Amino acid sequence: MTNIPETGRTPRVQTRLVVIQVLVLSLLATLGGRLWYLQIREGDAYASEASGNHVQQVVQPAVRGSILDARGVALADNETRLVVSASRTDLLKMKDDGKGVLTKLAGVLGMTPKEVMEKVRLCDAETPQPCWNGSPYQPIPITDEATPRQALQIRERAEDFPGITAEPQAVRRYPSPGAANTAQVLGYLSPVTDQEIQQAQDSNSPYLRSDMVGRSGLEREYDKELRGKAGVTRYEVDNLGRVMGQAESDAAEPGSNLVTSIDARVQRVAEFELNEAMKAARKEWDRNTNERYKADSGAVVVMEAKTGRIVAMASNPTYDPNAWVGGISAKDYAQLTGKKSNYPLLNRAIQGQAAPGSIFKVVSTAAAVQAGYAFDGRYNCSSAYSVGGQVFKNFESQNHGPISLGRALEVSCDTVFYALAHSEWKKDGGINPKGKPKDYFYKTAHQFGLGKETGIDLPNEVTGRVPDREWKQQYWEANKDAWCKTGKKDGDYVQRIAYENCLEGNKMRAGDEINYSIGQGDTLVTPIQMATIYAAISNGGTLYDPTVGKAIISPDGKKVTEIKPESHGRLPVTQQTLAQMDEALEGVATRGTAAWRFADVGWPQDKIPMHAKTGTAEVYGKQTTSWFATYTDDYAIVMTISQGGTGSGASGPAVRNIYDALYGVSDDGTINKKNALLPTPQKSLPKIQADGSITAPKISKDPAKEQQASQKAPEDESGQVQTAATAQTPTGGNRDTRRRQRRRGRGGRGGRRGTLSRRMLT
Amino acid sequence: MTGANSFQVSGYGPERAGWTRLFARDSMARRLDWPILLSALALSLMGAVLVYSATRNRTEINQGDPYYFLVRHLLNTGIGFALMIGTVWLGHRTLRGAVPILYGASVFLVLLVLTPLGTTVNGAHSWIAVGGGFSLQPSEFVKVTIILGMAMLLAARVDAGDKQYPDHRTVMQALGLATVPMLIVMLMPDLGSVMVMVVIVLGVLLASGASNRWVFGLLSAGAIGAIAVWQLHILDEYQINRFAAFANPDLDPAGVGYNTNQARIAIGSGGLTGSGLFQGSQTTGQFVPEQQTDFVFTVAGEELGFIGGGLIILLLGVVLWRACRIALETTELYGTIVAAGIVAWFAFQSFENIGMTLGIMPVTGLPLPFVSYGGSSMFAVWVAVGLLQSIRVQRPMSA
Repeated sequence: MTNIPETGRTPRVQTRLVVIQVLVLSLLATLGGRLWYLQIREGDAYASEASGNHVQQVVQPAVRGSILDARGVALADNETRLVVSASRTDLLKMKDDGKGVLTKLAGVLGMTPKEVMEKVRLCDAETPQPCWNGSPYQPIPITDEATPRQALQIRERAEDFPGITAEPQAVRRYPSPGAANTAQVLGYLSPVTDQEIQQAQDSNSPYLRSDMVGRSGLEREYDKELRGKAGVTRYEVDNLGRVMGQAESDAAEPGSNLVTSIDARVQRVAEFELNEAMKAARKEWDRNTNERYKADSGAVVVMEAKTGRIVAMASNPTYDPNAWVGGISAKDYAQLTGKKSNYPLLNRAIQGQAAPGSIFKVVSTAAAVQAGYAFDGRYNCSSAYSVGGQVFKNFESQNHGPISLGRALEVSCDTVFYALAHSEWKKDGGINPKGKPKDYFYKTAHQFGLGKETGIDLPNEVTGRVPDREWKQQYWEANKDAWCKTGKKDGDYVQRIAYENCLEGNKMRAGDEINYSIGQGDTLVTPIQMATIYAAISNGGTLYDPTVGKAIISPDGKKVTEIKPESHGRLPVTQQTLAQMDEALEGVATRGTAAWRFADVGWPQDKIPMHAKTGTAEVYGKQTTSWFATYTDDYAIVMTISQGGTGSGASGPAVRNIYDALYGVSDDGTINKKNALLPTPQKSLPKIQADGSITAPKISKDPAKEQQASQKAPEDESGQVQTAATAQTPTGGNRDTRRRQRRRGRGGRGGRRGTLSRRMLT
Repeated sequence: MTGANSFQVSGYGPERAGWTRLFARDSMARRLDWPILLSALALSLMGAVLVYSATRNRTEINQGDPYYFLVRHLLNTGIGFALMIGTVWLGHRTLRGAVPILYGASVFLVLLVLTPLGTTVNGAHSWIAVGGGFSLQPSEFVKVTIILGMAMLLAARVDAGDKQYPDHRTVMQALGLATVPMLIVMLMPDLGSVMVMVVIVLGVLLASGASNRWVFGLLSAGAIGAIAVWQLHILDEYQINRFAAFANPDLDPAGVGYNTNQARIAIGSGGLTGSGLFQGSQTTGQFVPEQQTDFVFTVAGEELGFIGGGLIILLLGVVLWRACRIALETTELYGTIVAAGIVAWFAFQSFENIGMTLGIMPVTGLPLPFVSYGGSSMFAVWVAVGLLQSIRVQRPMSA
């Protein structure tokens, strides 16, 4: 006890206690310093992170703008539907991944459980349609055709259907006014993909997860305008997602309306007539292949000649655009994209390309004039033209003697153009030209806008092809290996072709240019290109970029942005030549190859001057393509039917009927203004109301059927032969007979095929 | 226990009993350490407000009564306060005689946790359900009894005047005494409490004047042990994850790192003055888990800002500073050791708790003394305050 000092402790303990004290204070100082660092120095960063923590976005989709026809009739609009959707996130929280709920739901909706599950699964590389390619965090629509009764069932038993909602939503609708379906022109929508969201992130119109995006046609081309801006309300929420307050709210801005130059009634007539013409063609016997014409596809374009605006554009086979609304079913998708249905999604007016045949001769005529041949010169229209032992026969081996270029157009004399092209080929130096060949025939085609897009305001237009030297070289380089491998000098037909191509496929041979001059060989054009060219001939030479969109009208109707017609060039012909060609094409309609569709059968040529050119293009291994290009002062109509027969034969009646409908021409040639759908192009825009809505005139149930009736009306009901009646009427039979007889009488088609074969051997 | 009577200082004998002692000139009330008392009380009441703020919206745990946790926290504080008074009343020297019984009882309770009576909360099996919605966390009491038990053993020979420092045998006995409950707690596993106990043992050994070899030996043993535990996968995976997430919360932002991240966001967004009481969006939005207990500091950080958080640290500093003074000022080794043990306990537990909300310490389930909601912890820390007061009150008059 004595050795304990007065303070009661040893120096060792004393020192250690001081050490503890210092340690403790430094720990507290550390905490204070760290607190200062987090709150004062970095405080702002954490504050913003904290505010991001608590915000949830709720998106109110913008109502998509309508697509209207030239008079304001809606081709695409929206309707309120009861949409049943499932939240994947909620379903995945369940023990069975929501299978039970979905099966129960399938029962209520009258679908099979498999159908429902397929709608909810996510798209990936291995999952075929149907699947969901939108955001997995967004409610996935299962059906938009729920009945109010089904919706009530789901809502009243909410506890039985966790993660399932049934709500009214604005859904795209394609109402097909007057039975005009316009499918390929309108296009369709599908949900935005993750990739698109990423790409558009920094643009001035970013996508929202819930957006639907136009995938083709006008819906795609004018997507930005039609889509509008979705409304976003940001809510402050707690950790459990309960709403604590509304942070900010941007109201949804509806999309603008698009007024097109399409006239729903004319569109309907065009679609109807195209289909009827193809049906009629399928009844015709093709003597070359010894089977009926397949008429597997076709297209027709009705264009305003003075502006390039599209009044109607039909493509066949077609589909119901409403199949896409609310997610496409597996069956529908397979049908729309399968080979069996012959790809109805394609808009063959801009995406179908074929050899033009004789309607190409306007290009060849212009080329000849450019090359220095007088329009009114004398050119021998012999029944055949031979080059180095090969015989290129005239169509049906006709012989017209020496005629002008105009007459050659009128009677569609091949041999005149053969000779001109051949002489140009020789002038250019033949098979091995020295220096730069002039290539008038090819240059002119490019000047006419062939081989490239017309610039129509529809996506994925194809270019067609001008088989010039450049193309031949490229094509040869791409294929020569295959040709040289399979080619045999003494093999079968295909092998011999390959052999020849291997040797000199990169060179312009005489036969190539000769065939090209009448729109054969490797030449490819689209209906829209030909419509643009014939419209240019009608309007004095201006090649317009075809347009479907006419004006964009803001949802409140206050801002109207007109889409003005623009040109992409002029025809490379003088006004004089143009006038001469115009006269010749009128001759086609009055006394040439199309006369039996117009002048001969009561077309009021004095009041409505009609111009036309027929074309029947050969395609190796297939039946002939029917082409019919026509124009008046106001309109140009080009129609084509693949494997459909002759130009005037297969397409003639349909084109005539479309003109009848436009101008109100009856079968006997009288003009009944009352029946005319659009005697002059629609210039003004539809009326816009003060509230921004657009008035639309009433449209009858089916203008095509009405036209059919009215065009016949002045005639008595005796069933007398009406030459201009629609193809499917019993009266059509007479004409067909006549055509067949004529063909038989001159019997030249077989010979023509022979020349084609030889050409390929050249 | 013969030494107990022989160490009574004149003037403080049992003969001066009753209330007179309280009001005498050199009375107990005058000698009480008021800064500690007021700081502890302030911390407990601040805790009540913070606990209320954290739980008033948590309907899934507050049984629909926003005041459920507030009332209970105040009740715990009251009981704790009463326990402190009782402790002071009895005096730490009187308690010295009861240490073996207290120690035994606490070890028994800890063992009880391992029986089917124990319950698991957040992966740690360290509670005993008492019934009526109450539960005990015996490891909190063990912290007190370890201090008392070790102090009793280590100080006995020194305070008796036989030795200047505790000899090796005594130190080994004292370590053995601490190791038994620590092993049991580790089995629960309640790693946080074990860490606190290790630090307590260190503090006690330091204050006891035990040989430096013991101190450094224990430090290196702790380090080797920690490495072994880590390398041999003795810990459960969730415990390792917690450590990993503290080092890099972005590794697993939705899992373990979530706590750390949200806590840091809550505190960081507080700024200088905070968002205002009951105004914190992180707190109102319940983004921080366990916010009324382990993460209660985040409420202060977010709603009261640097000022509020700093105040808590300051008040804890006052408690620790005064406790250090008490340890230094008392002349008997027993009191010194107890006070130093309490300092080690409070200091480490506060540092660990606040440090983990600030992202500089790994996440473990430790309450913040006085502030966090939790009865066992509250009782234990107030008993400790009582011990500190008693040591101060009963120190020799001499100096």
